[in-house]
Parts: sequence; structure tokens; C-alpha cells
Amino acid sequence: MSSPRRSAVLSGAHFMDGNHAACEGAIAAGANFAAGYPITPSTEIVERFASRAPLVGATFLQMEDELASSIAILGAAWGGAKAFTVTSGPGFSLMMEHIGFAAMTETPCVFVNVQRGGPSTGLPTLPAQADMMQARWGSHGDYEIIALCPNSPQECFNLMIDAFNFSEQYRNPVLLMMDESVGHMTEKVVIPPADQIDIIPRRYTSKAPSEYLPFKPASDDVPEMARVGEGYHFHVTGLTHDEHGYPSMEWQTQEALVGRLVGKIRAHADDLTRTEEKQLEDAEIVLVAYGISSRVALWALQKAREEGLRVGLLRPIVVWPFPEKRIRELAQRVKAFVVVELNYGQMVREVERAAAGRARTILVPHAGGAVHPPESIVKVLREVGS
Amino acid sequence: MPAATTGVKARKFRGEVFITEDRCKECGFCIEFCPPKVLEFSKEFNRHGYHPPILVNEAGCTGCDLCGLYCPDFAIYGLRVPVESPAATASAAGVSPLGNDASGVERVRQGGGI
Amino acid sequence: MSVMVPFNPVEPFLRSERMPHIWCSGCGIGTTVNCFARALAESKLPLDKVAIVSGIGCTGRVAGYLNLDSFHTTHGRAIPFATGLKLANPELTVVVYSGDGDLIAIGGNHFIHAARRNVDIKVICINNFIYGMTGGQVAPTTPVGATATTAPYGCFERPFNLPYLAESSGAVYVARWTAYHVRYIAHSMAEALRKKGFSFIEILAPCPTLYQRRNKLGDGLETMRYYKQHSVIRHGANTRDLNLDFQGEITLGKFVDIERPTLQQTMGQRFRQVLRERYAG
Ligand code: SF4
Ligand code: SF4
Ligand code: SF4
Repeated sequence: MSSPRRSAVLSGAHFMDGNHAACEGAIAAGANFAAGYPITPSTEIVERFASRAPLVGATFLQMEDELASSIAILGAAWGGAKAFTVTSGPGFSLMMEHIGFAAMTETPCVFVNVQRGGPSTGLPTLPAQADMMQARWGSHGDYEIIALCPNSPQECFNLMIDAFNFSEQYRNPVLLMMDESVGHMTEKVVIPPADQIDIIPRRYTSKAPSEYLPFKPASDDVPEMARVGEGYHFHVTGLTHDEHGYPSMEWQTQEALVGRLVGKIRAHADDLTRTEEKQLEDAEIVLVAYGISSRVALWALQKAREEGLRVGLLRPIVVWPFPEKRIRELAQRVKAFVVVELNYGQMVREVERAAAGRARTILVPHAGGAVHPPESIVKVLREVGS
Repeated sequence: MPAATTGVKARKFRGEVFITEDRCKECGFCIEFCPPKVLEFSKEFNRHGYHPPILVNEAGCTGCDLCGLYCPDFAIYGLRVPVESPAATASAAGVSPLGNDASGVERVRQGGGI
Repeated sequence: MSVMVPFNPVEPFLRSERMPHIWCSGCGIGTTVNCFARALAESKLPLDKVAIVSGIGCTGRVAGYLNLDSFHTTHGRAIPFATGLKLANPELTVVVYSGDGDLIAIGGNHFIHAARRNVDIKVICINNFIYGMTGGQVAPTTPVGATATTAPYGCFERPFNLPYLAESSGAVYVARWTAYHVRYIAHSMAEALRKKGFSFIEILAPCPTLYQRRNKLGDGLETMRYYKQHSVIRHGANTRDLNLDFQGEITLGKFVDIERPTLQQTMGQRFRQVLRERYAG
């Protein structure tokens, strides 16, 4: 663990929106490179970074498109930087290939998606949570992803730091899946002193070039990185590669590589899982919601409790890997899960899969463009509870 | 390794050409663009079924290394060797005659050609 | 009599354990790699500080064969990857080595923007007028009248004139050679390696397997002979005049060699001027 540069961290209490807080989280995490392409409703993050970067020793470049942004950060990461990019909606679709490239080449990096209504151009200025499955499966091929969902500006700050730390620890792309409401919501954000922020440094090898194999995993399945320009002469490719990093078209190499890429995250799913739970002790019905929807669901929970319904709330903070173990445990004793999300059924599939028929799973859908009317959730809770 | 070639008494350097036969893919570039035309296709096959070049006029090779520059398969190169110190010494020790400095390029330039 | 030795002088620049490479007999890519190795030697750059970035395609495999820090990236995106790499690690000399389809078709947007910004990278484009690895499809460089698997009746689109595109986008060094002109290539590459700013070298090279065979132009050697006979060197020629017609005359040379502040210099200047001591760069 190390700490970020003191002068870069705006320690103290602020009143700022989620987008600005996410930018400050990146700076506090030690991010020194960002590339982006303007897209609503995420743009304030890079606008702020563009103004802050020269003051904190970082670099920002507005690229010609999202394809360029999403790979410029990977070049920067291999150049030694802690790098991120930011996008929304259509831009997220354009970045998919490089999320896969980052997973395949085990490049530490952070992608931020401030979700808006879709499909296509959809609702540029309004919220949705309909990219959750794209976050998990959007790039072709088999890989695992880590994705976090903040529900407040404070959490945008905090989770941005976690996102960078996870990306370094697992050498994997990490997604911060915000939504328009959280991005544009202004609240109190407390930025701690720099020395209270824990930063996981890059896992550079101490081996000599002659002993180093770039993609030979350490004990936790994650290989160490070499610094560019130091004589390691390593090779990085998006092709299926062996421990030397050299392409190999053998199924055995594919099996070993993909097995490890998937395994290094799955094996640590318990370490990665993070949830917030409210009133689950006696709950018969569990609301499952993340991001802005968790705040609406909390209002519904309180209303339902007033009416005597035994309702609790489970909020996945790390959404991928999905907290399926926790759902499985709860499914043994609760009657139903009510999933509240701004889409027509995405994470609900995960809940249903983990519940495996032991408890009912009901979706309260919403196509986005606004948050759920809280009453619509309460109505479902009443029906399920009766 | 032969001794200094006969018939070139006045020269301080002689040319030598080195061929890694099994890398050759028989494109013919080296044979075509060798200025003194001292290479030909061998009648023998290499491991992959290609005919690699052979040096047919030992005295004629100037060591200009144009063959080396043209070969797309890194299968051949020429070297100018001082008559009294055979290049094979450096080669056998596994040290590249070009190495990491520009001396090799100077040599290439001296070779003439294009 | 020749002596069999296990390496040749380019060996220190190659990943010898990966030989033989995948390129076809008579393919021009390997010849240019030879020239690049000589250019690296001539440039006297410390090899540890040279990084090579390729995209996808036959030429995209160059990165994997060079004994440098090397990055084989996604299709068309070598230049933005290289941009990030260079900005994050300015002491590296960053070379992009890729094909015409990769750099100019799918990657064309990045090409013009990197030239406009004057990112300090060196772009080597092997132009064989066709998509090689995917099987001979038409490219934005295919001359009018030449056939390709996806232009079976002949190409009817005007191709790009790459030196003109590079110069008008802002490149500070622009040259064109053919794979026949090995010494010129090596010299040009060495110049580009020393040059500060977006440097571009186009090298016409045979793709006997797809372009030449499909167009009944013979093999790699035949193409090299063609280059020898039909090229004229006109240094400083106006890049507007460098269109390539099907089997027409080929104008070669160094066309542009100017000074212009690089992206990193303009960035630093701007921040110092506006932010003064607040600039942390
Ligand atoms: S070194 Fe020059 S003269 Fe000798 S074989 Fe090669 S091209 Fe011919
Ligand atoms: S240039 Fe190389 S590959 Fe071609 S014939 Fe000569 S040795 Fe063989
Ligand atoms: S297909 Fe064409 S470009 Fe590709 S290796 Fe073969 S000859 Fe070269």
C-alpha cells in the first residue's frame, strides 16, 4: 500500500456532483492519464480532469473518438501510467473491443460509464441502468470483469479509488458503472487526507529480464508486469498467447490462458463482493437494487415497513462479480426478491439464477428517462407480501 | 572456413556470405540483386522443401550484404572480412558482427550497390 | 564456400526463437524489417528505449518478431495506443509498424489526428495495396482497376495518396520507398528515428500471394524487378503529384522534412504560459 501525492488530493468537505467526485477519486487514486471523447452525461468528469491534470502532474488528451480513447489509456498504462477513460451510452458500445483487449493483455485500467437511456442515441441527458449486462458480456470472447455501482457522489469518489486498486491487484479492466442521476446529483463529499487513502501499487516484477516471463502467473494467478524501457523486451498481444506473451494457436494455450483470466477473478469473488444491507434480519421480501435505484428502493422499503411489511434491501456495490453467494444464502429464508432497476430486466436474471427457485424473483422494470415512481415499487411489495 | 581467397592479393578485405538454409523460402531476391551475381539456387532442398541459395563464385563475393538487406527471411548475409582475421571467429563465439552499434552499417554502406 | 552460422547480423534485433516467421515466400515485409534493424543500429538509439506498436494484419506481426518492448494491438488502433504510450513515457522512441489497411482504412481517423497533433511517433506503413491476412480484399490503397476478392471486377474507388494525406494532416517527415530500395529505406528509417514529431514512411511491398497473384503480376521477385524499373526518385516532390496508378510509374523520395513543435512541446508550452508556477508538468 502507498498513498497518493498529498498536493493532488483535495482533502476536506465539498459540495459536488458525482461526476466531479469521480474525477477527484481518480486523482486521489493516483491516476495520471486520461483520454476521453465528449459524451453526455459523462463529460464533466473529463472536463474537470482536463483542468486539474496540469496542476497535479497528469496528462489529459481528448481523442478523436472512443476507440482512440479506450486504447490510448492502455498504451499509457503500459507506459507506466494509471489511466482511465470515461463515456456513456454509444461511446460505451464503441469501447467494447478495448475492454476485451485490456482483459486479454491484463492491463490495469478503469473505464467509467455514466449510464443514460438507450438503445442507440436514446436519452442522452437522462438516467438508465441498461448497460449492466453489456458491462459483463459486451466484448467478444470469454473474460471476467469487475464492475462497481456507486449510489452517491461520495461513493463515486470512494469507488473510483477502489476501481483503480482492483485493476492493479487483479490486472484487469475495472468498470465504474454510474448512472446519470448519480453523476449529476450534488451532495456532500468528504475527501480524506492523502495519507488515509490506500493505494495498491502496480505489481512490477523484481526479476531480472532473463528470469522473467511476462504472462507467467504468480501464486494468485496474476502475472507481474515489467516496466517498459527497462530491457525486458516483452511482447504484449491480443492474440492467444503463452507465458512468454507469444502468440500460440493451440487449444491448450487457449485453455490455459482463458482459464486463468476467468479463474483469477472467480477465485477471488468472495474478496471482491461488497454489498450494503438494510433490515435484512427479519426480512421476508428483499429489495435488490444498485445505483440510483437503490435510493428509490430505500424510500419504498420505509413506506412498506410503515405498512407492516417485512422488507429489507440488498445493494450490490460490486455488481460484477455478482454477489450470488449472498443471494443464495438469503434465498433459503426469504419469500421473494424484488429487483428494482432502470432497465427491462438485467441483473434480475442473476438474482433469479442465484435464488435457483428457492425464492420468487420479481422485476420492477423501468425503461429509463426517470427513476421509478416509488409507489410502483411499494405496490409490488404489497402484492408480494399479501 | 577457407583461407584468404586466391587471386585478390591487392585487397585488404574479402567477402563472405552466410546462409541459414532452413530459413530460406526461395524468393530469389538475394540471387537477383547480388551485384556480382555470385549466388545461385542450390539443387538441394532445405527442411521445408525450398532451394536455398549457394555461393557459386567464392572470389566474387564482395561482402556488400545486399543479400542480407533483401532477404525477407533473415536467411543470408554478407560480410567484409579483413583478409587476416576471418569473420568465423566472431560468428562461432555467438557475437553478432553487426551488434548494437553502427559499425555494421558502415560496412553495408561501403558495399556499393543501390 | 559458405559457412553455416546460426544467426545473421539482424539477429540481435529479432526474436530468433520465433523464426521462421509467418510471411509468405517473396513477401516484402521481411525485407523492410531487415532495413529497420539496420536503421536501429545506425540510429545508435538504446534498444531498451525503443518500443514498437503494430495493429492487425500481416504487417501487424512485425511487433512480435522484433526483440524490443513490443505491442500487437487491435485492428486500426496502433496509433492511439502509441500516443498513450509515448505521452506516458516520453523517453521512449515509439515506432508504429503496420499495414495500409490497418493504418489507413480502419485506422485512418487516428492517422490524420496523430499527424495533426504531431505526436512524436514514427509510423512505418507497408503498403501492398490489399488486405493480406484476411485474404486479399480491396483496400483504400488499391489502385483503380486492380482486382481484389471484394472487388472482383476491379477496384473503382480512388485510392489515397498516402504522402499527400500525411503531409496535409501535419506530418513533419514524409517519405516513400519500395521494398527494392533497401538502402534508402534503412537510411530513411534512421532519419525518422532521430526526427522529433510525427514521421511517416510508406513502403510499397509485394504481396505475391494475394495482390500480385490475383492481378497476374508474377511473384515477389517479379514485383521487385518492376519496382526497380518503374520507380523514379524525386526528393522534395509535391505530394499532390504522388498518386499511384495500377502498374504505373512510382515516385519515390523524401518529400517532407520540416520542424514543428510536437504535441508534448505545445502542451508544455501552453500550460507553462497560462499556469506558470502552478503547472506541475
Ligand atoms: S554479400 Fe554482396 S556480393 Fe556477397 S553474395 Fe551477398 S550480395 Fe552478393
Ligand atoms: S533472399 Fe533469403 S529467402 Fe530469398 S532466396 Fe535468398 S536466402 Fe532464400
Ligand atoms: S499474404 Fe501477402 S502480405 Fe501477407 S505474408 Fe503473404 S505475401 Fe505477405
